[in-house]
Amino acid sequence: MRVREHVADMCAGPEGGHLGGAYSATEVLTALYGDVMTVDPARPTAPERDRFVLSKGHAAVGLYAILAESGFLPVEELREYGQPGSRLMGHPVRAVPGVEAATGSLGHGLALGCGFALAARLDGRSSKAFVLMGDGELQEGSVWEAAIGAASLGLENLVAVVDRNSLQLTGPTNEIAAMEPLAERWRSFGWAVREADGHDVGELVRNLGSTPWEPGRPSLLIARTVKGHGVPFLAGQVASHYVTLSERKHTRVRSVLRNAPVSHNTGKDEAR
Amino acid sequence: MTTTPAPAATRHAYRDRLMPLLQQDPRLICLDTDTGLFSPDDIAAAGDQYVNLGIAEHNLMGMAAGLAACGRMPFVNTMAAFASARALEAVELDIAYPALPVRIMATHGGLAAGHLGPTHHALADLSAMRTLPTMTVVVPADAAATEAVVEQSLDLPGPLYVRLGRKATPAIDTGEPMIIGRAQLLRRGTDVVLVGCGPYPVAACAEAAQLLSECGISATVLNMHTLRPLDTETLLAATAQASLVVTVEEHWRSGGLGGAVCEALCEERPTRVVRIAMPEKFADIAGGHEYLLDHYGISAARTAATVCAALDADAPNTP
Repeated sequence: MRVREHVADMCAGPEGGHLGGAYSATEVLTALYGDVMTVDPARPTAPERDRFVLSKGHAAVGLYAILAESGFLPVEELREYGQPGSRLMGHPVRAVPGVEAATGSLGHGLALGCGFALAARLDGRSSKAFVLMGDGELQEGSVWEAAIGAASLGLENLVAVVDRNSLQLTGPTNEIAAMEPLAERWRSFGWAVREADGHDVGELVRNLGSTPWEPGRPSLLIARTVKGHGVPFLAGQVASHYVTLSERKHTRVRSVLRNAPVSHNTGKDEAR
Repeated sequence: MTTTPAPAATRHAYRDRLMPLLQQDPRLICLDTDTGLFSPDDIAAAGDQYVNLGIAEHNLMGMAAGLAACGRMPFVNTMAAFASARALEAVELDIAYPALPVRIMATHGGLAAGHLGPTHHALADLSAMRTLPTMTVVVPADAAATEAVVEQSLDLPGPLYVRLGRKATPAIDTGEPMIIGRAQLLRRGTDVVLVGCGPYPVAACAEAAQLLSECGISATVLNMHTLRPLDTETLLAATAQASLVVTVEEHWRSGGLGGAVCEALCEERPTRVVRIAMPEKFADIAGGHEYLLDHYGISAARTAATVCAALDADAPNTP
């Protein structure tokens, strides 16, 4: 898996991209598409599939990379990201195989996931709905409408992940808006909550692959992550939020990723 | 001899038509926001095809989109003010953009909330909804038309916004069947075309046409119940000979029926249009629905007087 390389290449294009939030979510995406979710790139709209919503739609470059590596779209197409006429826009749209919902405006994904989960239950399908949210995104009130709704309906086939990289566009989330105690907040809303190292694919797979953790409750995983993870001079930097890599920086990023692969304990393909 | 049906609330007509359809069509699901529209018996009969999501309109639209993407046809209930403003982003991005078959049943449209005030009035909803690509926008003129819209919606692709009322409104004798997307010709005339949208505006047009006939002015009356797609063909046919078109609606002057008619006519065949609508202000007094309509000039008398002034004719005597 070469998710981070693909993201770097896309962010070296003329338009740049949201590299930091894609790198913080790389292992979550790897766990979901590599092990946890039932999806088939040959049948991207199969009714029995699990459904994934990238509610933090700005991490589109990460989603495109994992979809390409998983066989939903040609790897070569990633070169078209952001180019005139391409379907690979700065935020994902449904025209891209494997994309269930157009996202980008924050605070929409959890309600969509609730709808997917309720439909599966009504249909008697065992499908699950997975929603990846940013931590800054939790400042949107609509997230909490959906949180109440999911718990009230007992949607145990709904799994949400918070990419807790603790940074948003202009600074630390906790300084911009009070976020903690995050796990307690979600528990108090009626969710089963766990926390995990968001860069340990093995730990993510163990958790995300064993839902529901409590019968009758939706599951929320707080994935502790680092924005820009994998590249030391970008990691933990607010400036990694949106990056247009110069040729020199692109070369450096590729060199770092090649020479110091991120460790994941996957026992499977490395998600560099 | 036919008898005129008794006045009825369009929101109740919607509810009462939907209930048996839920039993017949497993695709359908009714998502509510604690509106109180459905009785405990209704809810029990609907089983898992009725869900009360509480007071959470964004979640309502998002969940409806998720359900529709999985093959369901959700009927969602909230007030027009909340559907078209608070939840508009979810309607636009999650429902209209992917063209999902969600039926947005928006009650308390226009000034129907009466004394409840501007927070509960919906005077920009039609403007907001009819600019969304993929959205169909309908304002049934009465209970019978509402039932027809509910039935036809089952075969309608894409999303649908239906503006409903609150209290009982009179039955309108349209003479033509209610078909989504096709304007109804209530009366044929030559001097002026009166175009109405919604229960009271259509009634006002019909009554104004009668008043005008008494002073020698011959009016065509159209019920333009569907604002998107606009029935431009019928509009152009009706206005072929008239030098004046007057629109009557329960909406701010911009962006609603009057706006839609102006857009169509000025591109196809420029014709003078006078818009009778809610003045561009928030209601500044209490009052029931009919009181407010009269107060703000959305009435037969005002319509007739407007036509006479525009045609430089003597105004009819009105009470």
